[in-house]
Amino acid sequence: MTGTILTPGSRRGAETMEKAARGRSLWDDAQRRLLRNKAAVGGMIVLGVLVLAAVIGPFFTPFAYDQINKDHVWAPPLTQGHLLGADSLGRDLLARLLTGLRVSLAIGLVATSVSLIIGVVWGAVAGYLGGRIDEIMMRVVDVLYSLPFIFFVILLMVTFGSNIILIFVAIGAVEWLTMSRIVRGQTLSLKHKEFVEAARAAGLGDGGIIARHIIPNLLGPVVVYVTLTIPAVILAESFLSFLGLGVQPPMASLGTLIANGAQDMELAWWLLVFPSLTMVVTLMSFNFIGDGLRDAIDPKDR
Amino acid sequence: MLRFIGRRLLIAIPTLFLVVTVAFFMMRAAPGSPFDGDRKLSPEIEANVMAKYGMDRPLHEQYGAYLAGVVQGDLGPSLKYKDKTVLQILQENYRVSLTLGLSSIILATIIGVSLGVLAALRQNQTTDYVVMTVAILGVCIPTFVTAPVLVLVIASKLGWLPSAGWNGGALPNLILPIVVLTLPQVAIISRLTRAGMVEVLRSNYIRTARAKGLPENRIVRRHALRAAILPLVSYLGPAAAGLITGSLVVEKIFNLPGLGKFFVISALQRDYTVVMGMVIFYAALILILNLIADLLHAVLDPRVRLS
Repeated sequence: MTGTILTPGSRRGAETMEKAARGRSLWDDAQRRLLRNKAAVGGMIVLGVLVLAAVIGPFFTPFAYDQINKDHVWAPPLTQGHLLGADSLGRDLLARLLTGLRVSLAIGLVATSVSLIIGVVWGAVAGYLGGRIDEIMMRVVDVLYSLPFIFFVILLMVTFGSNIILIFVAIGAVEWLTMSRIVRGQTLSLKHKEFVEAARAAGLGDGGIIARHIIPNLLGPVVVYVTLTIPAVILAESFLSFLGLGVQPPMASLGTLIANGAQDMELAWWLLVFPSLTMVVTLMSFNFIGDGLRDAIDPKDR
Repeated sequence: MLRFIGRRLLIAIPTLFLVVTVAFFMMRAAPGSPFDGDRKLSPEIEANVMAKYGMDRPLHEQYGAYLAGVVQGDLGPSLKYKDKTVLQILQENYRVSLTLGLSSIILATIIGVSLGVLAALRQNQTTDYVVMTVAILGVCIPTFVTAPVLVLVIASKLGWLPSAGWNGGALPNLILPIVVLTLPQVAIISRLTRAGMVEVLRSNYIRTARAKGLPENRIVRRHALRAAILPLVSYLGPAAAGLITGSLVVEKIFNLPGLGKFFVISALQRDYTVVMGMVIFYAALILILNLIADLLHAVLDPRVRLS
């Protein structure tokens, strides 16, 4: 202030007071830090473009993803109307890539949601109830942790056949472990806070406290972990598809496209290069966003 | 210490039991049988074959018999490879996977720790940014991308190294698979080391060591590194799991006769006993590595008390 005396009645005074009173919340702070992080913003922009392309792109390609064109077999990029070339059946790579990206992103989203729900509920209940129940529930997590998870997913796929719903469930059911540990740790520290005491004093039951007071306050670390789980899930699915256990043809995912590309790479490099690039760019943007969010929400390392 | 090991081993038993049980019933729930061939067996022959392997008995009896065998160290005969027991198959094929896994983890640790320390010491300088960019690339480029790309460029186009095959474990055949397995681990390890190092370098006892006038080299090696690699020790178990996963891809692409390749094929062919044997083998491996990690943790960090 430059020496002006602010009287409560004056217009300027009121404005200044209002500004001062509107403090910056933790979330505002986090948001500002996130937007200052160039890698994270870049990741968000790239990811936005990718999501848009995956959602609406397939409607605008000149070929359908499963349309076989006998005369276009192995068409290199930019020939015969194929922007990114065509595969061994003359199918348009661009169309298949967009569809594959859509499938991979969808699997990432759905499987992560599955893991999110199981992990948050499991961790919150264990952490909140504590004692015996906590010990047993966390023991279960420990046991599951020490399983060679990929074998079980492979067994699942072999047992029930590769259908896409099962891929969602199988991967989601395995990825919830870390989530539940994070949530439990947070819950342990939250449950002794005053507002939880207050809620209990007001007569709210355990379920109500977990749902209304514990879970909303876990949001920060959970959001961070979710952005890091999505790429892990996409990777896991591609891995299964690469081994021939995931998405089945003619449907495509980034994993199946890379697997096919690897088979035919001597004949048609584009089939390997473009899907691989898409995969790497997708994973990187998720990782940049996740790292950025972590730095923004949990500024311990600044 | 001994009590801790004993207790952990006691916990390992129910874990392994659970693994065996789940894998057994999942495998059996799968449609098809190991004896589905190109030619349909006549019902009598099929019944005979089933009887030979005890598969005509009710499922719970088979399960009991299998468990009894496992307890005595008998994993049964393979259902697909005539005249071979599961143990023989494991023995004949573990060397490829072990060679790859062990070389990769050792290489990755040496390179990853060096890069991580370098980045931490030059925090927020060009070296740091370069190392961390490489690290994030390493995390984001999956093995099933690096493997075919390297084969295409180095083996097919340049012809420097063979593109596939084991060739009795000759070094040129090993280089590409090991590089592919090592890269993602280097990325993770260097990130972990950097994070640990940055935190430790800010701690009070490092300031004390500096105040004592110790040379920087000694501070880093003797004082900081020891604490900074603690997170790495905990990473041992997950690293092994990651390597096993990676070896599935690598063994497939480079056509190596390892366990990973065997597992997928056996699962698809419904070779129940082989699949079970491998699940048990890998679960035990991961359990043991986790135990070693916990013990190492206690040795390196005097604040951790084993109880």
